[in-house]
Amino acid sequence: MLKKRWMKALLFTLTLAPVFWLGWRAWNQNLTANPIEFITRYTGDWTIRFIVFTLSVTPLRKVLGLPDLIRFRRMIGLFAFFYGTLHFATYIWLDKFFDLSDVLKDVAKRPFITAGFTAFVLMIPLAVTSTAGWIRRMGGKRWQVLHRLVYASGVAAVVHYYWLVKSDIRLPAMYGVLVGALLLYRLAAWARKRVSATPVKRPAAAISPGEVR
Amino acid sequence: MLIGKPADIPASEITPKRLYLNRRNFLAAVPAAVIGGRELLSPSGRAWAGMKLPNVQKSQYTTSEKQNSYQEVSTYNNYYEFGTDKSEPANYARNFQTSPWTVSVEGLCNKPRKFSLEEILALAPLEERVYRHRCVEAWSIVVPWVGYSLSALLQKVEPTSKASYVAFETFFDRKKMPHAAGLQFPYVEGLRMDEAMHPLALLAVGMYGEALPPQDGAPVRMILPWKYGFKSIKSIVRIRLVGSQPPTSWNVANAPEYGFFSNVNPHVDHPRWSQASERRLGEFRKRPTLMFNGYGDQVAGMYNGMDLRKYY
Repeated sequence: MLKKRWMKALLFTLTLAPVFWLGWRAWNQNLTANPIEFITRYTGDWTIRFIVFTLSVTPLRKVLGLPDLIRFRRMIGLFAFFYGTLHFATYIWLDKFFDLSDVLKDVAKRPFITAGFTAFVLMIPLAVTSTAGWIRRMGGKRWQVLHRLVYASGVAAVVHYYWLVKSDIRLPAMYGVLVGALLLYRLAAWARKRVSATPVKRPAAAISPGEVR
Repeated sequence: MLIGKPADIPASEITPKRLYLNRRNFLAAVPAAVIGGRELLSPSGRAWAGMKLPNVQKSQYTTSEKQNSYQEVSTYNNYYEFGTDKSEPANYARNFQTSPWTVSVEGLCNKPRKFSLEEILALAPLEERVYRHRCVEAWSIVVPWVGYSLSALLQKVEPTSKASYVAFETFFDRKKMPHAAGLQFPYVEGLRMDEAMHPLALLAVGMYGEALPPQDGAPVRMILPWKYGFKSIKSIVRIRLVGSQPPTSWNVANAPEYGFFSNVNPHVDHPRWSQASERRLGEFRKRPTLMFNGYGDQVAGMYNGMDLRKYY
């Protein structure tokens, strides 16, 4: 079923649902007494959620035994970038009204803006190189290394959220635990691979001329 | 100038005859309104909220700026006892009982006593004061509050000469406030004695001519228009006259970010955001923040010689 074409269309529609919901609330003038703050929060929430979703694809493939989930990873990742772009645009346009000197001051002076800006900027090369052509041009290995930047982006996004709240840290802490668990899974998988690879490598290493004891 | 310059003798100390006479009508009207409301309707926050407050006088301490709507002021609230999201208090405080209610005024004074809500309503003529209200989060609103200067209440208990600060405490009951988070409770606040006695320091019981709704701090709260909003403590149950600077909730939670004074000051940024400008709810572009939120003519004298960067 995961291989069906309509699954992608369905997922595409679902991932766009938050935009439609925001549009519906805007149409009904139901964006709270502070619409700019609400839109900023809303797009930020969906950005970090989609970062968590995209980081979940690989572990879920393995844990659930659903390798075909890979078909959706690019779309989910691009939607994380899409919501990140909306979030950034809200800040630049609605909040700062394109006062770029003010924005630069913010980025330099306010650690939570610096972290959020970092999380966003790190996603740009990933979005640009998300096409099959770029994977071919870069080579799978190098492409994969580059796309590990999403780990840093996820961490920066959590830090951004954590530094932003006044005192109720429950939500940023929750995203911290999620991102942390998803990164730990990768660390564990990497460590397991090394351990299981060692016995095979060792005899070869023993006769390697380069080894000095 | 948006606010009338105070006269040499503050108006709060002058009681015009007309007002004095009205006060008698008022005294007669309040028990009927409040007690009647309590017995005829259910004794919930709702019975109190929205009750029309009688005989509200105009005040000279009023800005002519465009007021925010009741809807805005009652759906966008920082009241962490009822949830940390600004949309939550309007929901979670809905059934908060604010009547009967008593405020205990105690500590370094000659006549410590408890005041019932009815007594508080009848203690001084109610005034409508349209104040600017600036949140530390860099948004602001303009609200027509109803109340009178806190000094009227404090004078009743005769503070002693040793009383140099006033400590306030908000009602707290975890069972009635299951969504409380983010701070230590009960919420506490404090003022220096001269700040507490300043005529602008308003003990508010209403807004828009009606009794306060629970999410806006019913039934009785402080409004300190020259300070960041969190200084204006809500749903007060205790006022203590004390000899030293009392702890304040946000300062306890995060001292580098929230000081005891917390006067609105566009020149001293919050460590994480600029305080130079603010967004008035309902406006698109930000507007510059004014020193002491535009109340400098009235209050700046209290801070002469103080380094406001140090005493933020």
